[in-house]
Amino acid sequence: MSKFVEIKIDGKVIRAEEGRNLVTVAKENGIFIPSLCYYEHIEPPLGTCRVCTCRINGKAGPACTERVMEGMDVEVNTETLKDTRKAIVEMMFAEGNHICPACEKSGNCDLQHMGYELGISSTRFQHLFKDRLIDFKPTRMVMEHNRCIKCMRCVVEVKTADGKSVFNYLNRGNETYVGIDYQQEARLSEEQALQAMQLCPTGAIIVKSDIMPKPFGDRKFDLQSEQKDYNSNESIVRKRISEMGKKKIATISLAGCFGCHMSLLDIDTELLDMVELVTFDKSPLTDIKRFSTRCHLGIIEGGCCNAENIETLRLFREHCDILVALGECAVWGGLPTMRNTIPLSECLEEAYLNSVTNEPGNHIVPYHEDLPKLLDRVYACNEIVKIDYYIPGCPPDANHIWKAVKNLLWGEAYSILYSEFKYD
Amino acid sequence: MAVSNIGSRPGKAKTEFRGNLLDELWKRQDVSGFISDADISTLAQRFNLADIEVEGVVSFYHFFHRKPTARFVIYLNNSIISETKGFVRIREAFERETGIMTGQVDRTGTFALFLTPCIGLSDQEPAALINFFPFTNLNAIRVKDIITALRNGASPASICDMPENNIRYMAPDDKSVFFRKFITGSAMARAKEIGAAAVIETLKQTQLAGRGGANFPTWKKWQSAMLQPAAPKYVICNADEGEPGTFKDRVLICTQAASLIEGMMICGYTVGAQYGIIYLRAEYRWLKHILEDVIKEYKEKGLLGKDCAGINGFDFEIRIQVGAGSYVCGEETALLESLEGKRGEPRTKWFFPVERGYMQLPTVINNVETFCAAARIIEMGAAAYLKIGIPGSPGTKLISVSGDCKRPGIYEIEWGMTVAELLELCEAEDPYYIQVSGPSGECISMKEKYRRISMLDLLSRKDIRCGGSFMIFNRQRDLVKILLNFSEFFKKESCGVCTPCRAGSFIIQRKLERLDNGLANEKDLEEIRSWGAIMRDTSRCGLGKTSTSSLILAIEKFHDYFEAKLDKEFNGLNLKFDMEAATKDYEKYKT
Repeated sequence: MSKFVEIKIDGKVIRAEEGRNLVTVAKENGIFIPSLCYYEHIEPPLGTCRVCTCRINGKAGPACTERVMEGMDVEVNTETLKDTRKAIVEMMFAEGNHICPACEKSGNCDLQHMGYELGISSTRFQHLFKDRLIDFKPTRMVMEHNRCIKCMRCVVEVKTADGKSVFNYLNRGNETYVGIDYQQEARLSEEQALQAMQLCPTGAIIVKSDIMPKPFGDRKFDLQSEQKDYNSNESIVRKRISEMGKKKIATISLAGCFGCHMSLLDIDTELLDMVELVTFDKSPLTDIKRFSTRCHLGIIEGGCCNAENIETLRLFREHCDILVALGECAVWGGLPTMRNTIPLSECLEEAYLNSVTNEPGNHIVPYHEDLPKLLDRVYACNEIVKIDYYIPGCPPDANHIWKAVKNLLWGEAYSILYSEFKYD
Repeated sequence: MAVSNIGSRPGKAKTEFRGNLLDELWKRQDVSGFISDADISTLAQRFNLADIEVEGVVSFYHFFHRKPTARFVIYLNNSIISETKGFVRIREAFERETGIMTGQVDRTGTFALFLTPCIGLSDQEPAALINFFPFTNLNAIRVKDIITALRNGASPASICDMPENNIRYMAPDDKSVFFRKFITGSAMARAKEIGAAAVIETLKQTQLAGRGGANFPTWKKWQSAMLQPAAPKYVICNADEGEPGTFKDRVLICTQAASLIEGMMICGYTVGAQYGIIYLRAEYRWLKHILEDVIKEYKEKGLLGKDCAGINGFDFEIRIQVGAGSYVCGEETALLESLEGKRGEPRTKWFFPVERGYMQLPTVINNVETFCAAARIIEMGAAAYLKIGIPGSPGTKLISVSGDCKRPGIYEIEWGMTVAELLELCEAEDPYYIQVSGPSGECISMKEKYRRISMLDLLSRKDIRCGGSFMIFNRQRDLVKILLNFSEFFKKESCGVCTPCRAGSFIIQRKLERLDNGLANEKDLEEIRSWGAIMRDTSRCGLGKTSTSSLILAIEKFHDYFEAKLDKEFNGLNLKFDMEAATKDYEKYKT
């Protein structure tokens, strides 16, 4: 007979079987403790990602390595703890090179899901841009080391029929990565390989050929999310247009693709409201090149890849009351940061000198005083100036943009739906 | 049972015992200077592992190499103390004399030059290990002589230094606990006389607590191991003294190896263990023979082995396991993993080592100083011991003193001494910033010089608890450079398993570089504090938990210093952004 004990989670008394895992017990009682490495049947639990950090009997520690015991007092959702957990997930984004718009697992990725769940629109940490390998050598898989969060699931779980490991940590410190044994990997069955891919909480293990089982855009976490929308508690009273004074907005696309500007247009009929409420000053939409006046809001698309971007961004900071980074590239650098792990000279020489499609005899890297100078790497906007708000997405959802703008300019309460909050 | 098989589990004869893996790797590293692909495959087969697992172990320890090294492998210490004593000049001298850059091997395979964190010789820096033999108090001329001698056929063993013990101070009036004369067998005989229960009682009365820095009551650990039903049990001595600036265990092994062995025996006798293992850091390989000699002597005298010390049924053997270069292996559960031939990744606290430690069996792990102290306490009795020190914190403590002082070395102080007294004893020169207990400890300013060093008030932090080292820095030293040295150390030494420590240390280092470059503002300092707190609350083991504590304290205690480093003109525009540096790479395409 198993013994039952009473524990408290955020003040709520819960009866549970003694010795069971705290994360599971909490979940069964409707309390969500975020976790990434935790995998129910791995014992002892891995305790590697630290996303499930709670305060247990007054002491900070991960919930996944705790067994339920009589009198246990657990704090989960204090403001500090929520921020701490958020920070850990942000660290993963800052440490890896997670480019959601270019990832096969996007929409199906535990890490991304955790980002949405915790409402992370930008990381407080500067991204590290460490050069990492994409390993195509294994027979069945591609190891995308940029995306690995070192959760240890595959290291512990994936074994060949005779019990040999397929994955193992290599190196240590900030050089640690999960290596794959080519010989053993080749001995895995197709099914085992697929299981490994599913086990991976990110897109680090990808099985070659077909095999994304679900089509792009089918986003399982939209359905499974704990958090249906952000700020849902506020009762939303739409303001009348007549109450809202006319505001000035400036926009720019730096090292971006103009996709975020395109997305702006997707607010459809609300465009009519917008025209009434907003005048655009300096913006590609109006083709006004110079600030004619101070603006209430500046919207920045794209990060900074050249000297001109930096100057423009500074100009925006000086002329706008509020600065918003719009889209992944502005928020942290986004797709253009793919070059950040590679020296600039290597990129340029590959593109202009050694490329197979290069015109014969045309062997120069463009350089002219009229051309903006390229920076050594792509910088996020907040590395150059103070950014007040971030709207993630590639591109951000039109409704998200419009709701955020209305909130910032006229204080209109808003609720962003889970499905409107995206990194891709 | 052969000593090298201590710890192998009976009944699993077919594949080789994985605990031998580190030794096997050392054999290959020593013979060929590196571990080849073929070695990896052979060992994988022998131990019935996938290649990647052996590879994982090899790549975890920085003294194992996967590429050929050389006949003479030089490891120059790059700890902060070395840095203040002229590290840069010495590195240049080595590079000049050997003709190779740091991290390289010369074409003839004669010299290889690498850097390594603290090698436990902070009182005689700059220091280096050549083929694991110590060379101390280096200067450019000496480096030249060493390299010339090696080129001319001298062996490192024949020309190396025998590092001084530098015992500068012992508690006066015959109050020294550690360095009084020790008679072989005396402590063990006393333990036998009073019995296991009384040993624990004595340790309880004398409040002996873990001297590695964690201060966990020793009697509690021994008692819970004693009560474990599983067998066999293990006694492990943590001689992986990796905390930069600490070298007390080195001196204890040099001078008091017998009391260490006896401390382990008493523990074995008390908890009912059969096997003892000393986990010796690779940096101290040159001390291995001292321990081996003592173990041999004890065996010959019947003090180790079957029915040892004349106690029927008390079979106790001790072996030495040499580590392979990893700071985190000083963490007890990482040490266990390493002993089992794995990567030194700390375990989760799912079980305590006394419940399931080495090979999942009950295990007591204590520091060198703790075992020595235990032997001495049993030898001298609680009453005599309690007369030393202050109430609530009896006894003495070994402190390794290094840095800007005239008399660096070992100080055996009575608990209760103030910082000021210690600084006077070691003749500190214009002390400004003091790092207590290594980078993972705390830093103190001279405003706190009347704080006592004791085991009291652990929580209120009124007194200073000290793991064993004082690194003294004068006003000329750049605090940010000191802290950058620490963060580089943690970044490299993190085991890499948990996010906050692996990524956090890297992130904090970037932040410090910003500060160093004058790009930081008040907000950055706040962020360092808040991020440091996050790492403390979320890291998996002590390494990550403590890696930012000095930094946070330093910002608090030396605020004026940091204030002066900030970018005060920050107004939302990062005007100090260095456009010239950022476009330098591109400028080379100017025609």
